[in-house]
Amino acid sequence: MYRLPDKNGYFGKFGGRFIPETLMPALLEIEDAYRQLKEEKKFQDELNSYLRNYAGRPTPLYFAHNLSERLNGAKIFLKREDLLHTGAHKINNTLAQVLLAKKIGKKRIIAETGAGQHGVATATACAALGLECVIYMGKKDMNRQQTNVKKMKLLGAEVRMVDSGTQTLKDAINEALRDWVTNVNTTYYCLGSVVGPHPYPMMIRDFQSVIGRETKKQILEITGRLPQLLVACVGGGSNAIGFFYPFLDTKVKMLGVEAGGLGLHTQKHSSTLSRGRIGVLHGAMSLVLQTNDGQIMPTHSIAPGLDYPGVGPEHAYLKTCGRVQYTYCKDQDAVRAFKILAESEGIIPALESAHALAIGMKEAKKMGKDKIVIINLSGRGDKDLELVETRL
Amino acid sequence: MSKISEVFESLSKKNEAALITYLTAGYPTLDASLNYIKTLAQYSDMIEIGVPFSDPIADGKTIQFSSQIALKSGVNLVEILKRVAGLDIKKPIILLSYLNPLIALGIEESFRKMQKARIAGLIVPDLVIEESELLKELALKYSIDLIHLVAPTSDKKRIKLIGEATKGFIYCVSVTGTTGVRKKLPYKLLSFISLVKSIVQKPVAVGFGISHPGQIKKLSKVADGIIIGSRIIEIIRNREDLNFHLKRFKQATMRG
Repeated sequence: MYRLPDKNGYFGKFGGRFIPETLMPALLEIEDAYRQLKEEKKFQDELNSYLRNYAGRPTPLYFAHNLSERLNGAKIFLKREDLLHTGAHKINNTLAQVLLAKKIGKKRIIAETGAGQHGVATATACAALGLECVIYMGKKDMNRQQTNVKKMKLLGAEVRMVDSGTQTLKDAINEALRDWVTNVNTTYYCLGSVVGPHPYPMMIRDFQSVIGRETKKQILEITGRLPQLLVACVGGGSNAIGFFYPFLDTKVKMLGVEAGGLGLHTQKHSSTLSRGRIGVLHGAMSLVLQTNDGQIMPTHSIAPGLDYPGVGPEHAYLKTCGRVQYTYCKDQDAVRAFKILAESEGIIPALESAHALAIGMKEAKKMGKDKIVIINLSGRGDKDLELVETRL
Repeated sequence: MSKISEVFESLSKKNEAALITYLTAGYPTLDASLNYIKTLAQYSDMIEIGVPFSDPIADGKTIQFSSQIALKSGVNLVEILKRVAGLDIKKPIILLSYLNPLIALGIEESFRKMQKARIAGLIVPDLVIEESELLKELALKYSIDLIHLVAPTSDKKRIKLIGEATKGFIYCVSVTGTTGVRKKLPYKLLSFISLVKSIVQKPVAVGFGISHPGQIKKLSKVADGIIIGSRIIEIIRNREDLNFHLKRFKQATMRG
């Protein structure tokens, strides 16, 4: 049976805690609080109530019949995380973490954001639960996701522009960590993906695994059997791990899709699991895109949410042990999939999710009509319209 | 007894705190940084050499800036250690590196090259004691003091464990925050250092935010060592007189 991470936060050789000592007591406090609250019915009830009545869970599992017909292969189902409040799976995690922060008495929440979805979800959770909110965002990401910046501000959050380094998610995380080191006594860091030091990868996976639990129940109800394949996109990897985790003990095949950008030969990509080497970034041992000297490499993806040189340690483990397969999808193929889904099903996916779609469609084509493929539609594409327009 | 411990012992007999100065290798260029390091060695009791890293989460703007300049010129750990090996400096040299450059080179290979460069101690700001197994045995094998940090957030139990694990000295982080010059240090700092000293039977050096002789003088009454980093980089960046400042820093560590 799959029971990871171990007590030190390791998934095989990946994970752990590699952070300044200043933060260590806070991490231990969060871990203690989380383990306790996990068993507490009152906390679970409160969280479930927010997820149901505020965020909009359970999300539907939709049979994409037009798309399936068009591809003439396996039946494609879409897990509709795009229908959640704020438009992506991110809200599952932020409601849970902000609620936890409130329980341990923190009044101020900080977060980082790439695409802006985690920032919006954090700002939303803070507004709903009445906590102060500061969001760090790379200058480059602020330029390409202006609508989300406006939303965060409207929700009462302060958005701090990060113009150091690559001006994307990686540097926004650095700045958020620096803020946390400085204000750790009053502040809770609401991390956006299954990255960072233990207990974040474990805790966020648990919070996101509501996606996979619902999917499993729904597909059994609809078809009476488990699917042959699950497909999800992987940046840091939170939607994918939440989707996969409840299936790890089954025989269902899983495929994680990273951003292939302009192609793996160009260095303009974010395919950490394909091209990364073992290293430490943002507090965890994982696979990392880095130079021979151990400097973190700049990355590229048309989808800001996938533009990250690291990956959750659990994904690094699942790849190494072979339980989950990982591949990549190039920018242009994601844009094509974006358009196909819009036209065939009337659903506009996030560019991040479009990466999973492109590969899911490709796989489904090769499979028999009696087979089932479920793709996690992690978010909706309103935020990406302008970006996609220039590419079509 | 390690080279670092010997320095603390002899300074303690002279009623002085140790002055430990820091510079990022490769700032503003590798050649220039090595020349500055020779100057630092004239006035300091120990030298800390920083390996630039692209994502230095424990550092503030000044050291981050120096690292970015250094990285642009393409310096790396191998080259730094090769050049440090050629330096004629009698004072103990401590290397400060984030973990990833060490992993990239190979941890044992890093220690082998550090030993060749006569590195006396190693500080890894993103290595907490829970993860120290990764480096501990090799540090012993290559006789390099693995220096751990305590922070104002560490409780007594952690201070004790860190004190037991650290070699050479314990690095006492003065503030809840990143590196960088501060006009004022926390009012609780002296009592925090005293607390660490009462728990840890090893020299205590204090760093982060220290920038002028007045602070050094005050802290030297309690601490065994004073670490100055960002201020050194500012002095170089502003083209101030490095010798002048170093002289005053060292004078301020003399008690009595």
